[in-house]
Amino acid sequence: MSPKKRRRLYFAAAIVLASGGAAWLTLSALKDNVIFFRSPTEVTALHVQPGVTFRIGGLVTAHSVSHGSGAEIRFTVTDNRVTVPVVYRGVLPALFREGQGVVATGALDEAGTFQATDIMAKHDEKYMPPEVVDALKKSGEWQKGGGS
Amino acid sequence: MTGELGQLALCFALALSLVMANAGILGARDINATARRIANGAAMGMTVFILLAFGALTYAYLTSDFSLRAVANYSSTAQPLIYKVSAVWSNHEGSMLLWMLVMALYTGAIALAGRGGERLTSAALGVMGLLAAAFLLFILFTSSPFLRFDPAPFEGAGLNPLLQDPGAAVHPPMLYFGYVGLSASFAYAAAALIVGRPESENWARAARPFMLVAWMALTCGIALGSWWAYYTLGWGGFWFWDAVENASLMPWLVATALLHSALATETRGAFRAWTLLLAILAFSLSLIGTFLVRSGLTTSVHSFASDPTRGFFILVLIALAVGGALALFAWRAPTLKGGAAFEPVSRETALLLNNVFLVAACATVFIGTLYPMALDALTGQKITVGPPFFAVTFAPIFFALLALVPLGPRLSWRKGDLKEAIKPLYPALGVAALAAVVVLAVASPRSLAGAGAFAMAGWLLVSSVIEIRKRRGARTAAFAAAIAHAGLAVSLLGIAGTTVWRSEALVLVGPGEKLTVGPYTLRFDGVTDVDGPNYRGARATIDLMDGDAVKAVMHPEQRIYSAEGQDVSVTAIRTTGLRDLYLALGDDRGQGRWTLRAYVSPLAPLIWLGALVMALGGALSLAGRLRARAPEPKSAPAVALAAE
Repeated sequence: MSPKKRRRLYFAAAIVLASGGAAWLTLSALKDNVIFFRSPTEVTALHVQPGVTFRIGGLVTAHSVSHGSGAEIRFTVTDNRVTVPVVYRGVLPALFREGQGVVATGALDEAGTFQATDIMAKHDEKYMPPEVVDALKKSGEWQKGGGS
Repeated sequence: MTGELGQLALCFALALSLVMANAGILGARDINATARRIANGAAMGMTVFILLAFGALTYAYLTSDFSLRAVANYSSTAQPLIYKVSAVWSNHEGSMLLWMLVMALYTGAIALAGRGGERLTSAALGVMGLLAAAFLLFILFTSSPFLRFDPAPFEGAGLNPLLQDPGAAVHPPMLYFGYVGLSASFAYAAAALIVGRPESENWARAARPFMLVAWMALTCGIALGSWWAYYTLGWGGFWFWDAVENASLMPWLVATALLHSALATETRGAFRAWTLLLAILAFSLSLIGTFLVRSGLTTSVHSFASDPTRGFFILVLIALAVGGALALFAWRAPTLKGGAAFEPVSRETALLLNNVFLVAACATVFIGTLYPMALDALTGQKITVGPPFFAVTFAPIFFALLALVPLGPRLSWRKGDLKEAIKPLYPALGVAALAAVVVLAVASPRSLAGAGAFAMAGWLLVSSVIEIRKRRGARTAAFAAAIAHAGLAVSLLGIAGTTVWRSEALVLVGPGEKLTVGPYTLRFDGVTDVDGPNYRGARATIDLMDGDAVKAVMHPEQRIYSAEGQDVSVTAIRTTGLRDLYLALGDDRGQGRWTLRAYVSPLAPLIWLGALVMALGGALSLAGRLRARAPEPKSAPAVALAAE
């Protein structure tokens, strides 16, 4: 084999090994780390298992917000069909309001309460998370121009 | 008047860019000396007209000329001067003109410097002309910043408050100097394919200063963006792996690979085709990044009111630029001459590994960023891939790359000796092992990842010092690489410190209550209302205690800008240079009680300091290049070697 061919071979082998390795890493990581978005209706319809991390989005149900001990806060998320209780311990975004859209990341516990680890902090009063808009459209509860 | 002048200047610039595209590409043929002169003249003319247009727009902002729609929508008379200026590029129209301005400056520099010979310069100008024409058409037809508003309002709507911040003001121009700078190396790569040998052999050397400037600007731009996110978003994090950040990281990774690969092409004639491909890829990724960020596919302060025709236009532009360049590559690359042979242990192999790792790292970011969007577009299934995905894909690849960094520069070209290369680095290995042991013994919580990161940083840092000592007295360019590599180590220390050993307290506090976070004791003294010029806010007073005495007072704030309907958290950060105490005020829970987030982030400032050190390395390399510009005494033996 000429040195040139040998070099080409190394080059090709390195690329194949590296891209193979990267592809394997990526695929296995995707399998374990994809976080799905679910509307409240989907949460019940799909029987999402406790402990599985996902994002839930909908409207904060009117008059559902109550404060627990410490920084704990309880409220429910609804798409006006199904309502899911949420518990969150943390700082709420300043524009978190009853009747407004919200997206939370977390998992259900055994009792069916969504334990949120993160409430999406959107910085805009007029902004409605696109996922929430879609979820409301699916449940037929979307009114253009407002989430209130 | 200024509006019309600006619009007219843009039209002239468009005409000149078309002339430049034609003449430049014609000038690639040896006999067309006149075409080359025309291309040069057109390049200078276009640069002047773009400067005029940008000047006209800036003047309109400075004088608050609300008869221009873009000024009325994004500026107001109450804004401080600096934000009147930064408002110019705070919106889609203005930012596209800024993009064009930067492109014009690079075009002017290519024409003036004339690197790589007349024919190569001419062809590069031709490609720049094509790109400039495409962007000017885009600006004139879909996003002119000079549109009028009738009747003109009394007062403008004002700049997005999140962007009224020095970091946010400087970040876009920095990033654009990076993105657009990659268009210069793209133009040289395409030019090399157009002119063919022997002129094409010079392209990597000719494009080097542009690559360096682009890389430095990208490095600083990304660091600024990350720093801004750190102190404004109130989450204590410095990198969130969101699509907007990833869009700037991908071109950086490929540009870094390009800098290294171009070195092998320039000195040894190795990887000719691969380096060309990387130059094309780097600019393609900056176009794709711009598209992702601006098209409204992602929601953030970056996605300006989107308009489907714009997104479509940019997509067509990407397809033409990338497709055209790749077609040219497929057609002409086989005519490139292969480089000199090298052994498996050599500088070439080290650079090859560098490229493989960087491109693989970029691929993981690409998949993590685009897969969710593709899935949403195709199936409507909405997913996100968060930091855990990147922690298991990007991090190990980058870690493997870092381990090899000190070895590369110590291996000789063609045939290196691994043992000889490592021997002087024994102290670095010793320090690395020591760092790991000390971190495992002392730091709590005990963290294997943290120990690994410190060992790696020690290995990189001490090797860099050894390298710099060895090269003392040599040309600045010689140890520029060592300095840039040391910057990596500094950033790594900061990243490890904040990620592994950050202490966090999330508490509900009432007036007079105390809390501890890390080594600090804090006392909450309550919240007062503040009325700003265009916001209402709550300002907390928090004492940093030293026993019973008050050592310092901090004031994190929570603001709501009512006109814009925006909520902005103003964090209070107290830094020792090696450790940040970071406070963010949360929400009002009644009876004077508020939630409060407090973080102690060890080594956090090093993250951005490291980026500065990297950029400094780039600057030294550039300075060395420009000083040693005249004849090419160093390259003569290299060419002789390459010809073997």
